[in-house]
Amino acid sequence: MANYDNFNEFQLDVFREIGNIGSGNAATALSYILKDKVNITVPVLEVIGVNEISNILGGPENQVVGILLSMTGQINGMLLFLLEKETTHMLLNILLNEDMQKFEDISEIGLSALMEIGNILSGSYIGALSSLLNLEIRLTIPKISVDMVGAILNYPAAIFGEMGEKLMLIEENFFTDESSIKSHLLIMPELESLEVILKSLGAI
Amino acid sequence: MGNKIVVGISDLKVAKDPDTIISYALGSCVGICLYDKVNKVAGLSHILLPYSDASKEISNPMKFADTAIEILVRQMVQAGGKQTFLTAKIAGGANMFGWEGETVGDKNVTSVCNELKRLRIPLLASDVGLNYGRTVSIDATDGSVTIKALTKDSKVI
Repeated sequence: MANYDNFNEFQLDVFREIGNIGSGNAATALSYILKDKVNITVPVLEVIGVNEISNILGGPENQVVGILLSMTGQINGMLLFLLEKETTHMLLNILLNEDMQKFEDISEIGLSALMEIGNILSGSYIGALSSLLNLEIRLTIPKISVDMVGAILNYPAAIFGEMGEKLMLIEENFFTDESSIKSHLLIMPELESLEVILKSLGAI
Repeated sequence: MGNKIVVGISDLKVAKDPDTIISYALGSCVGICLYDKVNKVAGLSHILLPYSDASKEISNPMKFADTAIEILVRQMVQAGGKQTFLTAKIAGGANMFGWEGETVGDKNVTSVCNELKRLRIPLLASDVGLNYGRTVSIDATDGSVTIKALTKDSKVI
């Protein structure tokens, strides 16, 4: 059975392509929200261990925002967005005019706004996946946690830890004229769904 | 001050006086700190999941509560500790995203407690559950366990 731990290059390319289309959609969605032109660089996709993901995001104790959504329907699994302090700060400044000094100071409205961003970005990727596969995929209401990145990553690690050690991470950079938004997205279809995706795209 | 030994996820380490073992950012994971105060041998196991038999992927027994603690005990005995002197303190098992019902964190804590009972290791203190991440460390000089969280004062159990 297909597993994140033993992806081949062709299978990685399938997800790179889904990532490319998803990021394109996400940039369009962001440009509506931010009322600004948004450019993107080609997203980087990696299949790596949880400890390495923590390190990319500034070490296990670094404080981040984690926005979690579940996929249901013909594909099951979850998505987790991880936003670092600078990006969160910038998004809240643009969206709400909130001057965030500390993460603990994010207001309820700020948290809702971030969940909505997670929702919209997830929709961009799921839209790409759903139209490529011609399958129905729904997203649940987002859940949010503002805490140490290592602690947040325990959740997907535990859910997927029964099948393997690695997870699929997409790093993407969005740019407006003034600022850059860095987002890290974990896309985690369950193994049965992973099989469905790869089969229907001819990668198994 | 001794050395600081870091334990990653699904790993475990043993240390002797005056060293310290630390594990960063436990969410639903549980950190099991064992100590033999007579021989001043400490051990820390960072488990991800409660039960090895529920898993398809069991190549690393240090990942599971029901297989990791026994390995830690064995390594502590090899390092000069005695099983009958061991006591335990545990931290972690949080519910980071506020799910309802029994979470993976709760199951981890239950499995750890059952395993400690089976191995006849008394549980002296615990700091588990709720919805925030914890960094946990054990000092082999006295067996004190320090817990740090981002939005809380650090505490010693």
